[in-house]
Amino acid sequence: MTTPARTISVAFVRRALAALLSEAAWKLPTDYVAALRRARQQEAAALGREIIEILLTNADRARAERLPSCQDTGMAIIFVEVGQQVHLVGGDLNAAIEEAVRQAYRPLRKSVVADPILRENTGDNTPPIVHYAIVPGHHVRLRVMLKGFGAELMSRLAMFPPAVGVDGVKQFVVETVERAGPNACPPVIVGVGLGGSFDTVGLLAKKALLRRLGTPNPAPHLAALERELLDEINALGIGPQGFGGTVTALGVHVEAAPTHIAALPVAVNLNCSAPRRAEVIL
Amino acid sequence: MNAHTLHTPLTDDDVAALRAGDMVLLSGVVYTARDAAHRRLVAALNRGEPSPIPLAGHVVYYVGPAPAPPGRPIGPAGPTTSGRMDPYTVPLLERGVKGFIGKGHRSPEVKAALVRYRAVYLAAVGGAALLLADHIVEARVVAYEELGPEAIRELIVRDFPAIVVNDIYGGDAYEAGQRAFRRRR
Repeated sequence: MTTPARTISVAFVRRALAALLSEAAWKLPTDYVAALRRARQQEAAALGREIIEILLTNADRARAERLPSCQDTGMAIIFVEVGQQVHLVGGDLNAAIEEAVRQAYRPLRKSVVADPILRENTGDNTPPIVHYAIVPGHHVRLRVMLKGFGAELMSRLAMFPPAVGVDGVKQFVVETVERAGPNACPPVIVGVGLGGSFDTVGLLAKKALLRRLGTPNPAPHLAALERELLDEINALGIGPQGFGGTVTALGVHVEAAPTHIAALPVAVNLNCSAPRRAEVIL
Repeated sequence: MNAHTLHTPLTDDDVAALRAGDMVLLSGVVYTARDAAHRRLVAALNRGEPSPIPLAGHVVYYVGPAPAPPGRPIGPAGPTTSGRMDPYTVPLLERGVKGFIGKGHRSPEVKAALVRYRAVYLAAVGGAALLLADHIVEARVVAYEELGPEAIRELIVRDFPAIVVNDIYGGDAYEAGQRAFRRRR
Protein backbone atom coordinates (compact mmCIF):
# COMPACT_ATOMS: atom_id res chain seq x y z
CA MET A 1 0.00 0.00 0.00
CA THR A 2 1.33 3.38 -0.87
CA THR A 3 0.38 6.59 0.93
CA PRO A 4 0.68 9.79 -1.09
CA ALA A 5 3.85 11.72 -0.41
CA ARG A 6 3.79 15.13 1.25
CA THR A 7 5.88 17.83 -0.35
CA ILE A 8 7.73 20.23 1.95
CA SER A 9 10.05 22.94 0.66
CA VAL A 10 13.44 23.30 2.29
CA ALA A 11 12.74 27.05 2.53
CA PHE A 12 9.85 26.21 4.86
CA VAL A 13 12.18 24.07 6.97
CA ARG A 14 14.75 26.90 6.97
CA ARG A 15 12.25 29.51 8.21
CA ALA A 16 10.84 27.21 10.90
CA LEU A 17 14.31 26.25 12.11
CA ALA A 18 15.59 29.84 12.23
CA ALA A 19 12.53 30.87 14.28
CA LEU A 20 12.99 27.88 16.60
CA LEU A 21 16.66 28.63 17.25
CA SER A 22 15.98 32.33 17.87
CA GLU A 23 13.22 31.58 20.31
CA ALA A 24 15.26 28.96 22.16
CA ALA A 25 17.93 31.58 22.87
CA TRP A 26 15.61 33.75 24.95
CA LYS A 27 12.83 31.41 26.07
CA LEU A 28 14.00 28.85 28.60
CA PRO A 29 11.81 25.71 28.64
CA THR A 30 8.73 25.93 30.89
CA ASP A 31 9.51 22.56 32.54
CA TYR A 32 12.96 23.88 33.47
CA VAL A 33 11.59 27.12 34.94
CA ALA A 34 9.02 25.10 36.93
CA ALA A 35 11.79 22.81 38.23
CA LEU A 36 13.88 25.82 39.22
CA ARG A 37 10.91 27.29 41.12
CA ARG A 38 10.56 24.01 43.03
CA ALA A 39 14.30 24.02 43.69
CA ARG A 40 13.98 27.47 45.23
CA GLN A 41 11.67 25.93 47.85
CA GLN A 42 13.84 22.84 48.37
CA GLU A 43 17.28 24.43 48.58
CA ALA A 44 18.63 24.47 52.17
CA ALA A 45 21.44 26.99 51.60
CA ALA A 46 20.54 30.69 51.86
CA LEU A 47 23.11 31.67 49.19
CA GLY A 48 21.86 28.81 47.03
CA ARG A 49 18.30 30.13 47.22
CA GLU A 50 19.54 33.61 46.37
CA ILE A 51 21.36 32.27 43.30
CA ILE A 52 18.26 30.38 42.13
CA GLU A 53 16.26 33.60 42.53
CA ILE A 54 18.83 35.41 40.35
CA LEU A 55 18.56 32.69 37.69
CA LEU A 56 14.75 32.91 37.72
CA THR A 57 14.86 36.70 37.39
CA ASN A 58 17.38 36.40 34.57
CA ALA A 59 15.10 33.90 32.77
CA ASP A 60 12.11 36.26 33.14
CA ARG A 61 14.11 39.19 31.81
CA ALA A 62 15.37 37.18 28.84
CA ARG A 63 11.83 36.21 27.91
CA ALA A 64 10.47 39.74 28.37
CA GLU A 65 13.24 41.41 26.36
CA ARG A 66 13.78 38.60 23.87
CA LEU A 67 17.49 38.63 24.58
CA PRO A 68 19.67 35.57 25.19
CA SER A 69 19.54 34.36 28.79
CA CYS A 70 23.22 33.39 28.58
CA GLN A 71 25.96 34.83 26.39
CA ASP A 72 27.03 31.32 25.41
CA THR A 73 24.35 30.35 22.92
CA GLY A 74 26.53 27.39 22.14
CA MET A 75 26.77 25.29 19.06
CA ALA A 76 23.41 24.60 17.48
CA ILE A 77 22.66 20.90 17.90
CA ILE A 78 19.79 19.93 15.64
CA PHE A 79 17.82 16.70 15.52
CA VAL A 80 15.90 16.33 12.28
CA GLU A 81 13.29 13.59 11.96
CA VAL A 82 12.01 13.16 8.43
CA GLY A 83 8.87 11.12 7.83
CA GLN A 84 9.51 8.71 4.99
CA GLN A 85 6.43 9.98 3.11
CA VAL A 86 7.96 13.44 2.95
CA HIS A 87 9.46 14.73 -0.26
CA LEU A 88 11.79 17.66 0.41
CA VAL A 89 11.98 20.05 -2.54
CA GLY A 90 13.49 23.37 -3.56
CA GLY A 91 17.13 22.84 -2.77
CA ASP A 92 19.66 21.23 -0.47
CA LEU A 93 18.29 20.53 3.03
CA ASN A 94 21.77 20.71 4.59
CA ALA A 95 22.37 24.14 3.08
CA ALA A 96 18.94 25.31 4.28
CA ILE A 97 19.77 24.17 7.82
CA GLU A 98 23.11 26.01 7.74
CA GLU A 99 21.38 29.15 6.48
CA ALA A 100 18.84 28.95 9.32
CA VAL A 101 21.69 28.82 11.83
CA ARG A 102 23.43 31.75 10.13
CA GLN A 103 20.25 33.84 10.33
CA ALA A 104 19.31 32.91 13.87
CA TYR A 105 22.80 33.60 15.23
CA ARG A 106 23.13 37.05 13.64
CA PRO A 107 22.27 38.77 16.97
CA LEU A 108 23.88 35.99 19.05
CA ARG A 109 27.49 35.21 19.94
CA LYS A 110 29.55 33.38 17.34
CA SER A 111 31.14 30.51 19.24
CA VAL A 112 32.34 28.10 16.56
CA VAL A 113 35.90 27.62 15.29
CA ALA A 114 36.50 25.94 11.94
CA ASP A 115 39.29 23.66 13.13
CA PRO A 116 40.06 22.43 16.65
CA ILE A 117 43.80 23.03 16.19
CA LEU A 118 43.87 26.20 14.07
CA ARG A 119 40.90 27.70 15.96
CA GLU A 120 39.70 30.37 13.57
CA ASN A 121 36.15 31.57 14.30
CA THR A 122 33.80 30.81 11.41
CA GLY A 123 32.09 34.14 12.07
CA ASP A 124 28.49 32.94 11.72
CA ASN A 125 28.22 30.05 14.20
CA THR A 126 28.05 27.49 11.40
CA PRO A 127 28.33 24.61 11.00
CA PRO A 128 25.70 23.19 13.34
CA ILE A 129 25.78 19.60 14.52
CA VAL A 130 22.93 17.79 12.77
CA HIS A 131 21.51 14.35 13.54
CA TYR A 132 19.08 12.91 10.99
CA ALA A 133 16.56 10.14 11.46
CA ILE A 134 14.19 8.65 8.93
CA VAL A 135 10.90 7.66 10.60
CA PRO A 136 7.45 6.57 9.44
CA GLY A 137 5.05 9.42 8.73
CA HIS A 138 4.31 12.63 6.84
CA HIS A 139 6.04 15.10 9.11
CA VAL A 140 9.36 16.78 9.72
CA ARG A 141 10.23 17.17 13.39
CA LEU A 142 12.91 19.63 14.43
CA ARG A 143 14.44 19.56 17.89
CA VAL A 144 17.22 21.97 18.80
CA MET A 145 19.60 22.57 21.65
CA LEU A 146 21.73 25.69 21.98
CA LYS A 147 24.34 23.81 23.93
CA GLY A 148 26.62 25.85 26.15
CA PHE A 149 30.08 24.35 26.39
CA GLY A 150 30.84 25.04 30.07
CA ALA A 151 28.77 21.95 30.84
CA GLU A 152 29.71 20.17 27.61
CA LEU A 153 33.39 20.35 28.57
CA MET A 154 32.75 18.52 31.86
CA SER A 155 30.92 15.63 30.16
CA ARG A 156 32.57 12.16 30.08
CA LEU A 157 32.41 8.80 28.35
CA ALA A 158 33.65 5.35 29.47
CA MET A 159 33.69 1.95 27.80
CA PHE A 160 33.25 -0.34 30.82
CA PRO A 161 33.15 -4.15 30.85
CA PRO A 162 29.82 -5.66 32.02
CA ALA A 163 31.30 -6.66 35.42
CA VAL A 164 31.28 -2.98 36.42
CA GLY A 165 27.50 -3.32 36.72
CA VAL A 166 24.98 -0.76 37.84
CA ASP A 167 27.10 0.22 40.86
CA GLY A 168 30.02 1.11 38.59
CA VAL A 169 27.72 3.08 36.33
CA LYS A 170 26.39 5.05 39.30
CA GLN A 171 29.86 5.73 40.59
CA PHE A 172 30.96 7.07 37.19
CA VAL A 173 27.92 9.34 36.83
CA VAL A 174 28.18 10.77 40.36
CA GLU A 175 31.94 11.22 39.99
CA THR A 176 31.40 13.12 36.72
CA VAL A 177 29.04 15.58 38.40
CA GLU A 178 31.39 15.94 41.37
CA ARG A 179 34.41 16.66 39.15
CA ALA A 180 32.35 19.18 37.18
CA GLY A 181 31.40 20.97 40.41
CA PRO A 182 30.85 24.69 39.84
CA ASN A 183 32.26 24.56 36.28
CA ALA A 184 29.09 23.15 34.72
CA CYS A 185 26.88 25.93 36.19
CA PRO A 186 24.77 23.88 38.62
CA PRO A 187 21.95 23.16 39.19
CA VAL A 188 22.66 20.89 36.25
CA ILE A 189 20.60 18.43 34.25
CA VAL A 190 22.34 15.10 33.84
CA GLY A 191 21.92 13.11 30.63
CA VAL A 192 23.15 9.53 30.85
CA GLY A 193 23.57 7.19 27.89
CA LEU A 194 23.96 3.46 28.53
CA GLY A 195 24.76 0.80 25.96
CA GLY A 196 25.15 0.96 22.20
CA SER A 197 28.68 1.50 20.94
CA PHE A 198 31.39 4.13 21.36
CA ASP A 199 29.84 6.41 18.72
CA THR A 200 26.21 6.09 19.84
CA VAL A 201 26.44 6.18 23.64
CA GLY A 202 27.29 9.90 23.60
CA LEU A 203 24.32 10.57 21.36
CA LEU A 204 22.06 8.70 23.80
CA ALA A 205 23.28 10.95 26.61
CA LYS A 206 22.58 14.03 24.50
CA LYS A 207 19.09 12.78 23.59
CA ALA A 208 18.44 12.25 27.30
CA LEU A 209 18.82 16.03 27.68
CA LEU A 210 16.02 16.61 25.16
CA ARG A 211 13.51 14.99 27.50
CA ARG A 212 11.27 17.28 29.56
CA LEU A 213 12.16 17.46 33.26
CA GLY A 214 9.80 15.41 35.40
CA THR A 215 9.34 12.73 32.75
CA PRO A 216 11.00 9.52 33.97
CA ASN A 217 12.25 6.78 31.67
CA PRO A 218 9.29 4.43 30.98
CA ALA A 219 11.36 1.35 31.94
CA PRO A 220 10.94 0.83 35.73
CA HIS A 221 14.57 -0.21 36.35
CA LEU A 222 15.87 2.89 34.52
CA ALA A 223 13.38 5.19 36.27
CA ALA A 224 14.64 3.77 39.59
CA LEU A 225 18.23 4.38 38.49
CA GLU A 226 17.35 8.00 37.65
CA ARG A 227 15.88 8.54 41.13
CA GLU A 228 18.85 6.92 42.90
CA LEU A 229 21.34 8.95 40.87
CA LEU A 230 19.49 12.19 41.59
CA ASP A 231 19.57 11.46 45.35
CA GLU A 232 23.27 10.63 45.30
CA ILE A 233 24.14 13.69 43.22
CA ASN A 234 22.19 16.01 45.48
CA ALA A 235 23.98 14.46 48.47
CA LEU A 236 27.28 15.78 47.08
CA GLY A 237 26.54 19.22 48.56
CA ILE A 238 27.78 21.16 45.51
CA GLY A 239 24.62 23.28 45.31
CA PRO A 240 23.69 26.20 43.05
CA GLN A 241 26.81 27.55 41.29
CA GLY A 242 28.93 25.29 43.52
CA PHE A 243 28.69 27.41 46.68
CA GLY A 244 27.17 24.55 48.66
CA GLY A 245 23.61 23.35 48.89
CA THR A 246 21.12 20.58 48.50
CA VAL A 247 20.12 21.14 44.86
CA THR A 248 23.02 20.18 42.59
CA ALA A 249 20.90 18.62 39.83
CA LEU A 250 17.33 19.28 38.76
CA GLY A 251 17.00 15.93 37.06
CA VAL A 252 18.78 12.82 35.82
CA HIS A 253 17.62 11.30 32.53
CA VAL A 254 18.88 7.87 31.48
CA GLU A 255 18.54 6.52 27.94
CA ALA A 256 19.57 2.93 27.23
CA ALA A 257 20.14 0.91 24.07
CA PRO A 258 21.15 -2.66 23.23
CA THR A 259 24.88 -3.28 23.39
CA HIS A 260 27.51 -5.99 22.89
CA ILE A 261 27.98 -8.93 25.29
CA ALA A 262 31.45 -7.54 26.08
CA ALA A 263 30.54 -3.98 27.02
CA LEU A 264 28.71 -1.53 29.26
CA PRO A 265 29.28 1.85 27.57
CA VAL A 266 28.40 4.90 29.68
CA ALA A 267 28.26 8.55 28.65
CA VAL A 268 27.36 11.50 30.85
CA ASN A 269 26.36 14.72 29.10
CA LEU A 270 25.76 17.65 31.43
CA ASN A 271 23.47 20.57 30.79
CA CYS A 272 23.85 23.86 32.66
CA SER A 273 21.33 26.11 34.37
CA ALA A 274 20.47 27.64 30.98
CA PRO A 275 19.27 24.49 29.18
CA ARG A 276 18.03 25.95 25.93
CA ARG A 277 16.03 23.59 23.79
CA ALA A 278 12.95 23.80 21.62
CA GLU A 279 10.92 21.63 19.28
CA VAL A 280 8.50 21.97 16.38
CA ILE A 281 6.68 19.51 14.14
CA LEU A 282 6.03 20.60 10.56
CA MET B 1 26.86 38.47 54.52
CA ASN B 2 29.83 40.82 54.24
CA ALA B 3 29.43 43.07 51.17
CA HIS B 4 32.41 45.08 50.02
CA THR B 5 32.15 48.03 47.66
CA LEU B 6 35.37 48.17 45.66
CA HIS B 7 36.80 50.38 42.93
CA THR B 8 39.42 49.28 40.44
CA PRO B 9 42.39 49.34 40.30
CA LEU B 10 42.60 47.33 43.52
CA THR B 11 45.16 47.92 46.24
CA ASP B 12 46.81 45.38 48.53
CA ASP B 13 44.58 46.68 51.32
CA ASP B 14 41.42 46.17 49.24
CA VAL B 15 42.41 42.58 48.57
CA ALA B 16 43.50 41.88 52.14
CA ALA B 17 40.01 42.76 53.41
CA LEU B 18 38.33 40.07 51.31
CA ARG B 19 37.52 36.61 52.62
CA ALA B 20 36.23 33.59 50.75
CA GLY B 21 32.43 33.75 50.67
CA ASP B 22 32.23 37.55 50.88
CA MET B 23 30.08 39.48 48.44
CA VAL B 24 31.75 42.18 46.35
CA LEU B 25 30.20 45.05 44.37
CA LEU B 26 32.87 46.13 41.92
CA SER B 27 33.03 49.45 40.07
CA GLY B 28 35.54 50.92 37.65
CA VAL B 29 37.53 49.51 34.74
CA VAL B 30 37.64 45.75 34.13
CA TYR B 31 39.32 43.99 31.17
CA THR B 32 37.77 41.02 29.45
CA ALA B 33 39.83 38.10 28.22
CA ARG B 34 39.12 34.44 27.57
CA ASP B 35 40.89 31.54 25.87
CA ALA B 36 42.29 33.00 22.65
CA ALA B 37 43.11 36.42 24.17
CA HIS B 38 45.01 34.78 27.02
CA ARG B 39 47.01 32.68 24.63
CA ARG B 40 48.02 35.75 22.63
CA LEU B 41 48.57 38.02 25.60
CA VAL B 42 50.79 35.62 27.51
CA ALA B 43 52.75 34.70 24.34
CA ALA B 44 53.41 38.43 23.79
CA LEU B 45 54.49 38.91 27.40
CA ASN B 46 56.80 35.90 27.14
CA ARG B 47 58.44 37.46 24.07
CA GLY B 48 59.08 40.57 26.14
CA GLU B 49 56.51 42.69 24.31
CA PRO B 50 54.44 45.26 26.21
CA SER B 51 50.94 44.33 27.32
CA PRO B 52 48.15 45.94 25.27
CA ILE B 53 46.28 46.60 28.53
CA PRO B 54 47.42 47.80 31.96
CA LEU B 55 47.83 44.87 34.34
CA ALA B 56 49.11 46.15 37.69
CA GLY B 57 46.22 46.43 40.13
CA HIS B 58 43.68 45.50 37.48
CA VAL B 59 40.92 42.95 37.25
CA VAL B 60 40.40 40.47 34.40
CA TYR B 61 36.89 39.20 33.65
CA TYR B 62 36.67 35.85 31.85
CA VAL B 63 33.83 36.57 29.44
CA GLY B 64 32.97 36.47 25.76
CA PRO B 65 29.92 38.74 25.59
CA ALA B 66 27.02 38.42 23.17
CA PRO B 67 26.69 41.23 20.60
CA ALA B 68 25.25 44.49 21.97
CA PRO B 69 21.53 44.96 21.23
CA PRO B 70 20.60 48.38 19.80
CA GLY B 71 21.04 51.16 22.36
CA ARG B 72 23.01 49.09 24.86
CA PRO B 73 26.74 49.05 25.55
CA ILE B 74 27.02 45.25 25.56
CA GLY B 75 24.99 42.09 25.18
CA PRO B 76 24.49 39.43 27.84
CA ALA B 77 27.86 38.93 29.53
CA GLY B 78 28.13 36.22 32.17
CA PRO B 79 31.32 34.47 33.28
CA THR B 80 32.94 31.58 31.44
CA THR B 81 34.78 28.66 33.11
CA SER B 82 37.96 30.00 34.71
CA GLY B 83 39.95 26.78 34.87
CA ARG B 84 40.73 26.98 31.16
CA MET B 85 42.75 30.10 31.88
CA ASP B 86 44.80 28.45 34.66
CA PRO B 87 47.87 27.88 32.42
CA TYR B 88 48.01 31.63 31.69
CA THR B 89 47.22 32.99 35.15
CA VAL B 90 50.58 33.04 36.92
CA PRO B 91 52.27 35.30 34.29
CA LEU B 92 49.46 37.82 34.84
CA LEU B 93 49.81 37.61 38.62
CA GLU B 94 53.55 38.24 38.23
CA ARG B 95 52.66 41.49 36.48
CA GLY B 96 50.38 42.62 39.25
CA VAL B 97 46.84 41.60 38.26
CA LYS B 98 44.86 41.77 41.50
CA GLY B 99 41.65 40.03 40.64
CA PHE B 100 39.96 37.60 38.26
CA ILE B 101 36.24 37.13 37.72
CA GLY B 102 34.88 33.89 36.31
CA LYS B 103 33.22 30.73 37.54
CA GLY B 104 34.41 27.28 38.54
CA HIS B 105 37.46 25.66 40.11
CA ARG B 106 41.02 26.96 39.91
CA SER B 107 44.05 24.66 39.93
CA PRO B 108 46.09 24.19 43.12
CA GLU B 109 48.92 26.12 41.38
CA VAL B 110 46.68 29.12 40.73
CA LYS B 111 45.28 29.07 44.28
CA ALA B 112 48.82 29.03 45.70
CA ALA B 113 49.85 31.85 43.36
CA LEU B 114 46.86 33.97 44.47
CA VAL B 115 48.19 33.71 48.04
CA ARG B 116 51.77 34.43 46.96
CA TYR B 117 50.90 37.45 44.78
CA ARG B 118 48.06 38.69 47.01
CA ALA B 119 45.24 38.57 44.50
CA VAL B 120 41.66 37.28 44.61
CA TYR B 121 39.49 35.08 42.46
CA LEU B 122 35.83 36.08 42.27
CA ALA B 123 32.84 34.28 40.80
CA ALA B 124 29.86 35.86 39.11
CA VAL B 125 26.66 33.85 38.69
CA GLY B 126 26.99 31.76 35.52
CA GLY B 127 23.86 31.91 33.40
CA ALA B 128 22.77 35.29 34.84
CA ALA B 129 24.24 36.98 31.79
CA LEU B 130 21.49 39.50 31.19
CA LEU B 131 21.40 40.72 34.80
CA LEU B 132 25.20 41.02 34.89
CA ALA B 133 25.19 43.09 31.69
CA ASP B 134 23.04 45.66 33.56
CA HIS B 135 26.14 46.46 35.62
CA ILE B 136 28.32 47.11 32.56
CA VAL B 137 27.87 50.74 31.57
CA GLU B 138 30.52 51.03 28.85
CA ALA B 139 32.40 48.60 26.63
CA ARG B 140 34.98 49.03 23.90
CA VAL B 141 37.40 46.69 22.18
CA VAL B 142 40.99 47.58 23.09
CA ALA B 143 43.03 44.65 21.71
CA TYR B 144 42.86 41.67 19.35
CA GLU B 145 39.70 42.90 17.60
CA GLU B 146 39.97 40.09 15.03
CA LEU B 147 39.13 37.59 17.78
CA GLY B 148 35.50 38.78 17.72
CA PRO B 149 33.78 37.65 20.92
CA GLU B 150 37.22 36.77 22.30
CA ALA B 151 38.72 40.25 21.77
CA ILE B 152 39.94 42.13 24.84
CA ARG B 153 37.36 44.72 25.90
CA GLU B 154 37.66 47.51 28.39
CA LEU B 155 34.50 47.57 30.46
CA ILE B 156 33.31 50.20 32.87
CA VAL B 157 31.30 48.38 35.51
CA ARG B 158 29.08 49.72 38.27
CA ASP B 159 28.34 47.63 41.38
CA PHE B 160 29.11 44.45 39.48
CA PRO B 161 28.15 41.62 41.88
CA ALA B 162 30.57 38.79 42.57
CA ILE B 163 31.43 36.35 45.33
CA VAL B 164 34.98 35.82 46.64
CA VAL B 165 35.96 32.21 45.90
CA ASN B 166 39.69 32.25 46.67
CA ASP B 167 41.20 34.83 48.99
CA ILE B 168 44.82 35.62 49.87
CA TYR B 169 44.64 33.45 52.99
CA GLY B 170 44.02 30.18 51.15
CA GLY B 171 40.26 30.25 51.74
CA ASP B 172 38.04 28.52 49.17
CA ALA B 173 34.30 29.23 49.15
CA TYR B 174 33.51 26.24 46.92
CA GLU B 175 35.24 23.78 49.25
CA ALA B 176 33.70 25.33 52.37
CA GLY B 177 30.22 25.40 50.83
CA GLN B 178 30.31 21.83 49.63
CA ARG B 179 31.70 20.59 52.94
CA ALA B 180 28.80 22.21 54.80
CA PHE B 181 26.12 20.44 52.75
CA ARG B 182 27.72 17.13 51.83
CA ARG B 183 25.78 14.03 52.97
CA ARG B 184 27.72 11.41 51.07
CA ARG B 185 30.90 9.28 51.53
